[in-house]
Amino acid sequence: MSQPAMINRYRWYELVGIYTGIFVFLTFILSPFVEGFLVSLKPLGLLFSSPYRFWPKNGSFEAYRSMWVSVPGFARYIFNSFFISIIVTTVVLALVVPAAYAFARFKFRGNGALLGAFLAVNMFSGAVLLIPLFRLMRSFGVLNTYFAMIVPGVAFLIPSAIWLLRTYMLRIPRELDEAAFVDGASHFYTLRRVILPIAMPGITVVAITTFIGSYAQQFIFALTFNSKTEYMPLPVGLFAYFGRQEVVWNELMAASFVGIAPAVIVIFFLQRYLVSGLTAGAVKQ
Amino acid sequence: MSVRRSTVIFAWILLLPAALYVTVIVAYPLVDTFILSFTDASLKKTTKWVGTANYDKIFNATFAEVIVRTFVWTAFSVAIKMIIGTFGAVMLNAAVPGRALFRVLTMPPWIVPMAIGIFMWGWMYNGQFGMISGMLQNWGLVDGPVAFLAHGSTAFWATIITDVWIGVPLVTLYMLASMQAIPQDLYEAAWTDGAGRFYRFRRITLPLLVPSMITMSMLSLIATFNSFDIIWILTQGGPNGDTTTMIIDTYRTAIGSKKYGEGAARAVLICIFLSIFCIAYFRVTHRLASGESR
Repeated sequence: MSQPAMINRYRWYELVGIYTGIFVFLTFILSPFVEGFLVSLKPLGLLFSSPYRFWPKNGSFEAYRSMWVSVPGFARYIFNSFFISIIVTTVVLALVVPAAYAFARFKFRGNGALLGAFLAVNMFSGAVLLIPLFRLMRSFGVLNTYFAMIVPGVAFLIPSAIWLLRTYMLRIPRELDEAAFVDGASHFYTLRRVILPIAMPGITVVAITTFIGSYAQQFIFALTFNSKTEYMPLPVGLFAYFGRQEVVWNELMAASFVGIAPAVIVIFFLQRYLVSGLTAGAVKQ
Repeated sequence: MSVRRSTVIFAWILLLPAALYVTVIVAYPLVDTFILSFTDASLKKTTKWVGTANYDKIFNATFAEVIVRTFVWTAFSVAIKMIIGTFGAVMLNAAVPGRALFRVLTMPPWIVPMAIGIFMWGWMYNGQFGMISGMLQNWGLVDGPVAFLAHGSTAFWATIITDVWIGVPLVTLYMLASMQAIPQDLYEAAWTDGAGRFYRFRRITLPLLVPSMITMSMLSLIATFNSFDIIWILTQGGPNGDTTTMIIDTYRTAIGSKKYGEGAARAVLICIFLSIFCIAYFRVTHRLASGESR
């Protein structure tokens, strides 16, 4: 009979209280999804009728079929969202892996200040820098291309990626580097052959969080720097399409759910890594 | 000595790409914003130096209202996020069957594309047919439809609630992680001494959570102050500007009306506020850290 087991034994009224609390909390978190899903099942006629009915009568998946017709660019929007997120993630990793290693391993003058400067990027949302970024993108000649969304997207995902990966690399024993170095390996060789393989789980977590971050936050840059329908990521595509006319809510919700699916699948399979990865960096501080 | 120098050079080579990237895409625009705020930059080819004219133009009654509104909006949103998020963390920290699943169910608002979550709220707030208005009518709490986004005061709260909804998962996960970092033997010692669950919560958990709460509130403050997508998708700052925060106002001026100079001046003011938050953040966390080591 171990102590922790005893200490965690709840009385029945405590259990009722805890489950009620969890129920109330999750209701707040999940009700938009439940409602959104039910709406996607309701025929439009039922949607626009009073009194309000929570459960769909004559519910069908019709909207999931008709939306592909009424939102012609839908498949393209999803492809764009994925494409942009994949490129953003690749670029972020290419920049962040070496930088995080440098921050984790080497002491040099300005180390702390530079790390602080990177983290300070998190302070500004894209909105504050829109005007010069717009001019910058215009002078690069990349307005209305994928780059207009990729280039600024990368910058704002770098800070948290560096922080996460640095925390992970700090946990790799320093003796490994030193042993390789004593054996005559160059710095670069040590990084590539010793550190990278060991850091792979951490890099994976950073890749996932960066991908999700990029997939979730495609709005303001895409709204401002791109007006070509064929390059729009999903959120802006839907916003532009459904803003133009009377909103066909069941189709909008159906489209939203299809757009959410990738993120939900990722959460489902990788939630263990996500929770530990995301909170490790935060709490160690 | 030469080994150390080569090490330093290697470190800088590793850092250079990321540092250059952030310099060009974030630092340079920041400086450019500051410079632009003293010009009459717009869509036309030439820009003229106008001194502080943009700033003089900003400071009027309407803008003072925008600033106050931004702070009230942010303060309420952060406070509610912290309360609900911490409540959720406390509940999910309990060792009850199913908690692993409940923790996963907390994450969706944060991880799905933000805009899509906001579309769903847009429907819920719909006056004629939306869920909230519909439920309230069915329960007999209101007489007719309530179009939440059509009236200033309800739109103000509606945007806050949606912002809270998006921000809560992060607060919950962070507070949950902080709670699990509390050494278990503290609880066991108190338990051996006969302390009840609530007493242990009040005397061990809560005090040890205060530093994390402060850190999280400060981080949340910065993110909330910058909140754009939610207001833009739900109300675009309306009705009658009742949900226009500084970010929305800046976007309107700069991108909507193409008054880059005036927009930049507004952005500079936002940066000043953000810097103040940041300095406060570092001061507070520094004090907390040194307090712990004492």
